[in-house]
Amino acid sequence: MRTKMLEVEGLKKHFHLSGGGVLKAVDDVSFYVYEGETLGIVGESGCGKSTTGRAVKGIYGITEGKVTFNGKNITSMNKRERKQFARDAQMIFQDPYSSLNPRMTVGELIGEGIDIHGLMRGKKKVKRIYELLDLVGLNKEHINRFPHEFSGGQRQRIGIARALAVDPKFIVCDEPISALDVSIQAQVINLLEDLQREFQLTYLFIAHDLSMVRHISDRVGVMYLGKLIEMASTEELFTNPMHPYTKALISAIPVPDPIQEEKRETIYLKGDLPSPMNVPSGCPFRNRCPIATKECAEEVPAFEEKTDGHRVACIHV
Amino acid sequence: MENENKKVLEVEDLRISFDTYAGEVQAIRGISFDVKEGEVVAIVGESGSGKSVTSQGIMKLLPTPPARYKSGAIRLEGKDITGYNRKQMEKLKGSKMAMIFQDPMTSLNPTMKVGRQIAEGLKKHTNLSKDKIHSRVIELLTMVGIPDPDDRANRYPHEFSGGMRQRVMIAIALACEPKLLIADEPTTALDVTIQAQILKLMDKLNEETGTSIILITHDLGVVAKMADRIIVMYAGKPVETGNKHDIFYNPKHPYTWGLLGALPRVDTDKKEPLKSISGTPPDLISPPKGCAFANRCEHAMEVCLEHDPAMQEYGEGHTAACWLHHPNAKEYLDQIMEKHSFGVGGEKYANQNAGG
Repeated sequence: MRTKMLEVEGLKKHFHLSGGGVLKAVDDVSFYVYEGETLGIVGESGCGKSTTGRAVKGIYGITEGKVTFNGKNITSMNKRERKQFARDAQMIFQDPYSSLNPRMTVGELIGEGIDIHGLMRGKKKVKRIYELLDLVGLNKEHINRFPHEFSGGQRQRIGIARALAVDPKFIVCDEPISALDVSIQAQVINLLEDLQREFQLTYLFIAHDLSMVRHISDRVGVMYLGKLIEMASTEELFTNPMHPYTKALISAIPVPDPIQEEKRETIYLKGDLPSPMNVPSGCPFRNRCPIATKECAEEVPAFEEKTDGHRVACIHV
Repeated sequence: MENENKKVLEVEDLRISFDTYAGEVQAIRGISFDVKEGEVVAIVGESGSGKSVTSQGIMKLLPTPPARYKSGAIRLEGKDITGYNRKQMEKLKGSKMAMIFQDPMTSLNPTMKVGRQIAEGLKKHTNLSKDKIHSRVIELLTMVGIPDPDDRANRYPHEFSGGMRQRVMIAIALACEPKLLIADEPTTALDVTIQAQILKLMDKLNEETGTSIILITHDLGVVAKMADRIIVMYAGKPVETGNKHDIFYNPKHPYTWGLLGALPRVDTDKKEPLKSISGTPPDLISPPKGCAFANRCEHAMEVCLEHDPAMQEYGEGHTAACWLHHPNAKEYLDQIMEKHSFGVGGEKYANQNAGG
């Protein structure tokens, strides 16, 4: 049996706004990540995918629910365990322009984690930084340069080297490629895949680009307005989507193949994403759903297993 | 059939540079193309390829200085507008040509009700009465799919979502029925389900009003869906042009091969690694002497580093600039083509066309 590295149960993250409202960014989300796999989380802006990633990494406090990493609850860890968790779980951010301190050199940026966790010093540390630079496809000479001297793709490589510096087991990749050009995206994705193979890393890969998520993930979860609405193995989700939102989402991505594109049918959803301040009662998707009925307004559909390993939250499936 | 159509826009050997402290950045290094009536022309390329500068250059939106038009001609409906000053351009903007931008969050005036913003162009370019303008505004809002237009016209941009703002932008752009609409990454800032709605709207407007569209995008999926003709740009120059089938199923330029290869394929085994293009685009302050793509091209030959290839025609309207297709390189090209298949689903396309 495969071990679950990360288990999330009933995760809620609510933000209390200055006007007195409550923004339920993540509302009752449960999932797990097996050791060594890539779990993709997709959804549109405001669906709570990034908040989920941050809550899991422990950047945000959790409103309710439980996050267990390698059998330990991350909110009740002691100081030593917390530090170990901070080392084992790393994060790669979307914007390589704002996630690197502009006043630190590449060497300092990559070495920061090594210092904090007291892993190496002096020549050994420098050697390790050279190793990491080589690993992510940068040169030795880059060690004394500053982030502004690099392109977006190179900066993302620095971010990856920084995450790898402390030998993590688990990496939350929060839209790591959405700020990059197509040809550079492929470079970064290939790098992430190579590193995963080499170091047996586990990824939580958050993105809105479904075709990239399909490429890199073993399993995929779809979020809508703070809730997981469907989760299955990648092949199953893309060939047999059950939730009407997932169906619409997949059909909406234009395929870079004119003949297929012409044959395909796009499902057009009505209207816009409702504000997360004002989530519809019952099923959050019901006001845009093509098959919604009266019953959908009554209660939040349970996130149930319909076929083996394929979970869906819809009463009409 | 399309050949009989009138040319709305002709661009001839346009070159634009920016003078900076570091030196002259040659952002556009010679682009020629035309847009026929009712046609959708897509300009594809990565950041820094010059696709946005091209569109802003046509609209004369670039501040001069630092921008400098080095050479070239721009003709709108046969009239040379290259030397037009600001006043002359203002007459054209909105009435003959209009533009929508990537970021609908910042391109509307936040202090003006959307109805007034749509009416602005009508007031300037038409002699319609106040009532007529109002009814036209409502008509436009309805046309772009904004529910409850009477109420919505009296609201401010912040009360609209991203997709709705882009619809408002389109309504403003189309108010005076321009001949040409330049859409610069119109859906990049939007979510996919909203993108689908906006693309459908643009497609519908193109069909119903016959407005020609220049669509600037980096998303080849959007191109496959929308474009009649495609211009692939790299380092300030087109490297390949053609219709959808030329570019997607029979691409000639290694950069186009690279762009298509870098996309995750839906129809093959997903565990195949993506074909990335190594390296980064050249610095346009000192562009390379030879082909700009040579240093990233895995098939580059000696000649590529020394001489910049000229555009060659490979079929009606299908052109590419690459030395690999020179008769002297035929053997080498055959070897490359044997090893790889380029383009998406090329085989399928060949089979489909076998009959005709």
